[in-house]
Order: sequence, then C-alpha cells, then structure tokens
Amino acid sequence: MSIGALVAVILLAPLAAVAGCLALRRPRASEYLNLIAAIVSFGAVIALLPRALGGPFTLWRGYLIVDPLGAWVLLSVATVYLLASIYAIGYMRALDEEKRLHRFYALFAGFALTTLLGPLMNNVGVYWIAIELTTLVSTFLVGFERTRESVEAAWKYIIVVSAGISLALLGIIFFYWGGSLTLGATYDLTWSALRSVAPRLNPTIALAAFLLVFIGFGTKVGLAPMHTWLPDAHSEGPAPVSAMLSGALLNTAMIGIARFIQVADSAHLGTLPRTVVVVIGALSLLIAALFITRQTEIKRLMAYSSVEHMGVMTLGFGFGGPLGVAGALYHMLNHSLNKSLMFFGAGDAMHAFHSKRIGRIHYVLTAMPVAGLLWMAGAVAITGAPPFGLFLSEFTILRAGLAGPNAWAVFVMLLLLIVIFIGFLNHFRTMYFGEHPESAAVHRQPRAAGTAFWCVLPMWLALVPLLVLGVWWPRAFAHYFAVIAAQLAIGGSP
Amino acid sequence: MPAAHGIFAAALPPLAGSLFSLLAITSLLLAFVMLGSRWLYEYLIAFAVQSWLIALLSAAVAFYGGYPELYGIAVLTALFRGLVLPYLLLRIVRRLKVDRELHERLAPSSSLVVGAMLVVFAFVVATHLGQALGLTGTVAVLALTVMLSMKLIGFLMLTVRSEVISQVLGILVLENGIFLGSQILVPGMPLLIELVILFDLLVVVACFGVLVRYLVVHAGTSSTLELRRLTG
Repeated sequence: MSIGALVAVILLAPLAAVAGCLALRRPRASEYLNLIAAIVSFGAVIALLPRALGGPFTLWRGYLIVDPLGAWVLLSVATVYLLASIYAIGYMRALDEEKRLHRFYALFAGFALTTLLGPLMNNVGVYWIAIELTTLVSTFLVGFERTRESVEAAWKYIIVVSAGISLALLGIIFFYWGGSLTLGATYDLTWSALRSVAPRLNPTIALAAFLLVFIGFGTKVGLAPMHTWLPDAHSEGPAPVSAMLSGALLNTAMIGIARFIQVADSAHLGTLPRTVVVVIGALSLLIAALFITRQTEIKRLMAYSSVEHMGVMTLGFGFGGPLGVAGALYHMLNHSLNKSLMFFGAGDAMHAFHSKRIGRIHYVLTAMPVAGLLWMAGAVAITGAPPFGLFLSEFTILRAGLAGPNAWAVFVMLLLLIVIFIGFLNHFRTMYFGEHPESAAVHRQPRAAGTAFWCVLPMWLALVPLLVLGVWWPRAFAHYFAVIAAQLAIGGSP
Repeated sequence: MPAAHGIFAAALPPLAGSLFSLLAITSLLLAFVMLGSRWLYEYLIAFAVQSWLIALLSAAVAFYGGYPELYGIAVLTALFRGLVLPYLLLRIVRRLKVDRELHERLAPSSSLVVGAMLVVFAFVVATHLGQALGLTGTVAVLALTVMLSMKLIGFLMLTVRSEVISQVLGILVLENGIFLGSQILVPGMPLLIELVILFDLLVVVACFGVLVRYLVVHAGTSSTLELRRLTG
C-alpha cells in the first residue's frame, strides 16, 4: 500500500469506530468496533514505519506530513490505543455503565483519532488546533464517571490546558510574524518553512516565540510547573483513559517541543533555549520526586510518574545530539508501554480493593495473583531498574547529557531518579507486604466475571516487549533514531 | 526592508493609524471593564462589544491593507464572537442563576491596579520587541502591547475570579487578545487557519457549556472555590 493509503487507514479506522458506536448504540458492538479500529490502526502504523524512513513526505496538499519522527510517535500512540482498547473491554464492563458505554467508546476512538492526527500535521497552526482538539475530546473522557471529583478534574484540565496552550498560539503567531518579514505577508507556516526561515528570523522575536511555544506545549506535556492539571486528569478518568492520556497524548505534544527545539537551534539563539528546556525538564523531575514520595493515592502516584518521565524525555531532547534524541525516543516507546501497564494494574487494584488510597490496598498478590505480579514487574521497570527498557533509555539520556554544556543536569537527574526509585517502590512494598495480614481480606472484591482475560492480556502485551527492549536494542531502531536525529539537527533534511 | 513590514511601518495614512489605535485601545479598555466589574452580564456585554470592535478592526485592515479576505473574517468574527458566543454564554448564565461574582479573590478595584501594572509590563516588552525590529512608534508596537496586555489580563481574570463563567470569559479574553494582535501583525495569515480557530473557539465554548452543567449537577456548585477535592 502507498503511504497515503496507510495514513488514510490509520485515521479512518477510529473515525469509522466513532460513527459505528454512535449509530449502533450497543455496548458490546461498540467495544469490538473500537478494538477492531485499534488493531487496524496499529497494523497500518507498523506498515508505515519502514516506509516513513525515506521521508519526509507531504500529503493532501501539504497539510499532512509523514516523517520518521512523526511515525515513531504514531507507533507509541497506536500501541497504547491498542492496549487500552483491550483493557477497556474488561475495565468498563466492571463499571456497570452499560447504557452510556457506546458514548464512551465513541469518545475513546475520537480521542485516539485526534492524538493520531497531531503527529501528522505539517502546518504549525493546524498542529496547534489538533492538540487543542485532543483536550476537548479527552475532557469528557476524564469526566466520564460523573462523580464530583471527576468533573472537578475535567474542569481544571480544560481550563489550565486551554489557557496554557493559548500561549503556544501566541508563540506561533510570533513565529509567523517574524517569518513574514522575509517570506512576505502570506505563506504557509509548515515545519519546513519555519525551519528554513529560522536563520533569518530576528533573534529577539524568535526567542520570545520559542519560549511561549515551549511553555504552551509544555503545559500539554505536563512539565512542571505547568503540570497541575495532569495528576487530577490522570487520576479521575477511567483507567484506559489514564493510559491514553499518559502514554499517547503527552507524546503528541512532546513532538511539537522536539520540532521547535530544532527551529530554535536553526535560529542560532545561543544556549539559552536548550538551557531553558533542560531546567524545566529537571524541575519536572524534582516536583515529581517530591510528590511521589509523599503520595497517598495510587493513580496520582502514576500521574506524577508521568510528570517524571516527561521530564526525562524533555532532558533527552534538551541535551540533544544523536544520543539524546535516540534516548528520548526510545524512552517514549518504553514509557508508553510501561505506563499503560501501570495504569491497568492500578485500575485492577482499584476494582479489587474499592479504593484509590494506597493505605487501603494490602497483599495485592493474594487478591490478584497474576495481574499483581505483572504490576509489580511494571513498577520495577518504571523506576528505571534493569533489565527493562527504561533502564536503557534513561542510561542513554544520562550519557548524552554528560557530553553537553548542561552536564549539571545529569547529576540532578541521577539523584532524583534514585529518590523516585526508593519512594515509588516503597509504596509498592506497603501495598504488597503490609503489616496487618488480617486486614487484607476486609476490602477485597472478586473480579467481575468474564473480565479477567481482557484485563490481564494487555498487561502481558505491555510487559513482554518492555523486557525484550530492555535486553535487546534492535538495530532497526538504532538506525531509525539515527535518521531522526540527523533530521532534527541544524539544517537537517526538510 | 520597510516594505516587507507590510502596511504597518511608518507609511500608514494618519486616519488609518488613528483608527487602528482607537479600536485597539478601546478593546483594551473593555478588558478593564470586565476586570473592574462584579456583574456577569457586564462581562458578557463587554466581551460582545470587544468582539465587534475586533471585527471592525479586521474590516479596517482589509480596507487599508488590501486584504479582501479579511472582510469575510470580519463578518464571521462579528457573527461568531460578537453574537453566537455571547448568546451561548448568556444561556449558561441564565441557567446558573448566578449573576455576579460573590467571592472574588481580589476586589475589582485592586484588580484594576494590578491590570494597569500588567499593561505597563506588556508595554515594556512590546517596546523592546519593537526596537529589535526597528518598528518603534508604529501601530505594530501598539498592537503588541494590547495583545500582551489582554493576554495578561485574561490570566489575571482566571486567577482572581472564581465563578465558572468568569473563567470561561478569561479564556475568551486571552483568545480575543491573540486575534486582535494577529489582525494587525500578520494580516496575511492563511484564511484557513483563522477560520479553523474561529470554529475551534465555538467548540471550546460548547464544551465549556456542557461541563458547566456537569459541574452544577454533579459537584453542586458553579464556583471554582468549591473545587478543592483534588490536591497533592
């Protein structure tokens, strides 16, 4: 199939699922429609990956772009979409929301559609709109359970992110303005146009524009101190939605930051832009470390862990160079797999113990033997311990940082990763090996019939690749990262 | 290269220059009207008038700058931002049965002072940017000042006002500021982008409307001061 056809399949599959769910209005049919859409999208993304390597290609009058960086983000998005769609079948059945289930899946597929759209956008303005659309759709998924807390989370999410991302729009307009001084009043602000005009931009404007854009998209990525919406939204949405928010959505906004860093490089703004990126990345790690160690709620723990890993990725892109970019991209896929696993486990534990509070979850292994083991393995993985993928990617980012001008950040990162390792696993220690064996039986609920398969399968599907990626860095990936790093370098291909 | 700066370098007819300045400054004043009032209806009227002024500005830029497609944007701005959005918001306000801010974190008089300081800050930044581009004393600097001021005032409203509707209006003031500035700074921006942003705004407000209803039904409040369950 041609690249255009593959892109059409990637986007039309979730769109068809949205239409199907709304037309049929049946819970079972909606589940499977969404799952089929996820499988089809995932398959098409896999087929697209090798083809994108020759890119960038532009499609549809230049509005869509297929390049290796975008395809890589698509891979992590489609992976999480597939895993979350499998898990959602089990999780949502247990929620007892049969009447509204078709709406959930319509929104879910719609959310997947918007997140798949973002990395494909070639026009910077349209990319901004795609990111804004993801917020609008996912707000209703966050508030889906209609409890007081979830509606509060949805409100904070939409207000904070809309306000933050409007700064990015301002920055984009500054870039357009700066470019119009050389390119003429009307032109298409594509990524390549921006990159080629960057060396001729007025440095003052370019710097202001970059900072605005970074803060704006940084809000959506969940970087501290703009992360305040993230723990609320991640903790109050249903578990599959949390997985999508953390594993898919944040990456879609991260790709914008990666591309704008390149623009800042091409504009020759000195070391300031990258230093700002590194400082914000390190600050995210610090905030995450503080809130992880003192956390009392299981899903907020995972949410702050997302802030941490977005900080790590930001550090990777901020350090830059072939190693930094490769580390950040490898980390992106590993984090998507791992965080999905973590939210699935958290969802299972919440169902089993009827509580989100860490203090009310005891002896997880007796309540959920298989899922519990997988969750435990995921917890070890997400703190960056070998032999899992995140160890490799974090190590690569550390090495990348040592070579650059911001080497101080490497030591900060290392220290905070150790703090997080201890803090995070300490919570798991209390949940798995509590002090009062007799209290274990009190809260436990049996798993709803017929959901075990759907809940446990995606956890295996996440953990096994994570382990494989931890012991074996595929040569094809290394090549892919090298191509992306070359394209993200100053004067890199279009 | 002054020609590339479009119509907004020195060679602007005096009448056009005054008109642009008048419209931009009046829009900024209307942001202050919102900041200095407690009444939600006054916010709405100020927002609607502000949108109409921005529509006029688009038309003026279309006329003096020779961008005919901006006439269309002017009509759509007046229609969407000036009529449809205020109407949607009015419906929300009526349903809420709240017509004023009860517990603002900062009294309107103090917010006016803070707002004035923000404008001074915006002016300093805009002058600095203007100097870098050799645009000192042109409409572009004024547009930048108004754009950044409205941005900051929008954030101020988000911070000190607690009624949900004030927060929505805060977001809309942010957007109006960007839109106003972009009409003067980048009048040639592709039409498609402007259209989609207009449409996007409509969807945003529709989403806000639905969420406000959820808030009232499921959280039992229309004040964000009550939304303090999720912390830590």
